[in-house]
Amino acid sequence: MSGSMLRAENLHLWRADRHVLRGVDLAVRGGELLQLTGANGAGKTTLLRALCGLNHLEEGRVFWKERDVREDREGFHASLVYLGHAPPLKPDLSGVENLGFWMGMRRRISREAIDAALARTGAGGFATRPVRTLSAGQRRRVALAGLVLASVPLWLLDEPTTNLDSGGQELVAALVDAHLAAGGLAIAAVHHRLGIEPARARELNLSA
Amino acid sequence: MSPTPPEPTAPLTALRLVIARDLMLAFRRPEELIHPLAFFVLVTALFPLSLGPEPSTLRVIAPGVLWVAALLAALLALDFLFRDDAQDGTLEQFALSGQSLTGLLLGKTAAHWLLTGVPLSVMAPLMGYTLGVPASASLGIMATVALGSLALSFIGSIGAALTLGARRGGVLLSILILPLAAPILIFGSRATELAIRGEAYLAPMELLGAIVVLSFTLAPLAAAAAVRISLE
Repeated sequence: MSGSMLRAENLHLWRADRHVLRGVDLAVRGGELLQLTGANGAGKTTLLRALCGLNHLEEGRVFWKERDVREDREGFHASLVYLGHAPPLKPDLSGVENLGFWMGMRRRISREAIDAALARTGAGGFATRPVRTLSAGQRRRVALAGLVLASVPLWLLDEPTTNLDSGGQELVAALVDAHLAAGGLAIAAVHHRLGIEPARARELNLSA
Repeated sequence: MSPTPPEPTAPLTALRLVIARDLMLAFRRPEELIHPLAFFVLVTALFPLSLGPEPSTLRVIAPGVLWVAALLAALLALDFLFRDDAQDGTLEQFALSGQSLTGLLLGKTAAHWLLTGVPLSVMAPLMGYTLGVPASASLGIMATVALGSLALSFIGSIGAALTLGARRGGVLLSILILPLAAPILIFGSRATELAIRGEAYLAPMELLGAIVVLSFTLAPLAAAAAVRISLE
């Protein structure tokens, strides 16, 4: 695929009196993973949130398919999933119910599709228990099923392997790999590289 | 990416899902449903205790007592409106869902009214009865409280969204919303007073209805803007 799907130019963002993003440029093509690295506080999360529009940029522009995302904010949001530090799950609902509401807001979804996605992320065994009874790693697996269900081209992941065992870390790598193979793109803030073949994974160090 | 792009959810379906989700959550954790109602019952029950059981006195103050108590109970519940969703990242996902945030917050506010306003309006005639209000006024009281609490839910959603960033938001929320709720209180208690006396109460009801329409059209927009700011 030629041409970048997501492009950002000269992003600047201040947090109180700290200049966190100082002229960040990036371009990601379909089938490509961009790993954001850097020390704690380097602005990895801030950059992810600024890209999807949760944090307000003081300067700079973000383009999705060569269109400024501010022209069609809802359309851009419909093409992305953002997964933050904490999985956006309701403790009193089960995994299946959470995904039904969370992803059901975005697209038409069947119970079979939810079950299949949960099985894919190894969460099938505990998906009907209230999320409050699950461990942090189990919650992460439920949230990853949401990523699979969304079927959108752009994944924005903040530390996707947090709380996961080694099998879970391989699972994240496999999910991202399959997503890239299908032409999707992903940007992930990571401390440990995700284990994607170097030809398709680039790195942006925000501490540099 | 799947070979066939997924079919996006229609806005009305998303609205319905938000309401269904909030109702389901409330019934899983009923204390948030019961607390405002219990507060309302206790506050109205305090008046006969402090003023004495003279029905003629109680009947005169009944509209004011019912309305102030209902207002405070509704305010108590407003604090919960967005707080949990802000903490667990649900509001963030709302903002990134590709749906209109205004529409989704409209759904949340409607669910909030179903969970607090409707029970309050059912309870109000019963508590009126303990204040010596005749049973013939029940329908009028129910209708005015239902309409007034609907307006209060919408206006309150702005305050609830604005105070999301504040650490002790509850008191601040009351200070912000109570002045805005004054017209609701005035027309609501006037309509209730007329209903108790057995007179026509349509005129203040229509004014209440006008407030509902105004707040319904403007409040979700303002709440969405406030929520976006709080997500930063």
